[in-house]
Formats: sequence, structure tokens, C-alpha cells
Amino acid sequence: MKFGKIIGRVVSTQKVESFEGLKLVLVQPLNEELKKVGTALVAVDTLSSDIGQIIYYETSKEASRIIEREMNPCDAAIMGIIDDINITESK
Amino acid sequence: MRLGKIIGTVVSDTKAKAYESKKILIVQPLDADQKAVGTSFLAIDAVQAGVGDIVLTIEEGNSARQVIEDEDALTVKTVIAAIVDDISK
Repeated sequence: MKFGKIIGRVVSTQKVESFEGLKLVLVQPLNEELKKVGTALVAVDTLSSDIGQIIYYETSKEASRIIEREMNPCDAAIMGIIDDINITESK
Repeated sequence: MRLGKIIGTVVSDTKAKAYESKKILIVQPLDADQKAVGTSFLAIDAVQAGVGDIVLTIEEGNSARQVIEDEDALTVKTVIAAIVDDISK
């Protein structure tokens, strides 16, 4: 999983059938110091996260399985909302 | 599989079902000389690893499910599979 921050919502009216009813959010990948890393991506959110929250997300086939349907096209999904980060060891 | 060092922990209350009651650690990827390289990531611990440990991580779903011995954890991909004692070159 990777660190990310919810920075927006993505609204789409015309979409593939399997996206119906799913919430799409814009995620900025972060490092453990919560500094931006790379480009923002769009992920499926089933945890009702809010803009500004720090989350972890997973990519690839495992992400798609957050959608409990037979057909589940998706390559990134929020897996958890982070309450606290404890860094106690230097790199 | 990749080498990494555990640098910390995260607390997460709201999470996907497959992640419930699993310990999640912050892993800093290392190169062959055990120097930090790239961006840190999060992994589920299957070997009681602790902060400061050098570990082996797997980032592939099927393997991950075998490591945590949970076939129903379909959304799990990244796990810590071993604590490294020594690397000789």
C-alpha cells in the first residue's frame, strides 16, 4: 500500500456500467513525511473518506476486488484511513 | 521480492475488511548496500517484525494471501514475509 491524501472528488455521469454507484476520489501520493510524491491518481473509495484525509491505497487487481461484483474494472482503491503515523527509525 | 527497513507504524481505524486486525508497518525500500532508495510504502506484517528490522516484502496478491494465510483477503497485495538476518555479497 502507499500513502496518499484525498484532494478531490471525481464526478462522472457517462461511465461504464460497473462504475455505477461508486465514489471516485482524487488521490495525491505521499511519502511517510506526507510530502507529495509523483502525480495524482483516481481511486475507488468505499470507506467514505473526506477531502484532506490521509489514507493508504492499493493498486492493480487487488484494488479492483474492493468492488464485490463479478465485473470490477478498477486499478486503484482506498484500503484504509490513517489516524496516526509513528516514525521511530531513521531511513 | 524487495528488501526494506521498518521505519514506523500507522494507526488506522477505518479500513477495508481484509485489513482488519492486521498490523501495518511503514517500509523504506533499500538497495543492495542497505541504503534507502525510493518512496516508503505500507505492508501487512506476517512475521512479527519490529521497527528497525530489515525485511523481505512481497508485492503480489496471490503470494500475499498465502503469507497471511487468509484466502479471503482478496484486496491484500503487500506483505512482510521475512526478517532478514544477514546479507552477504
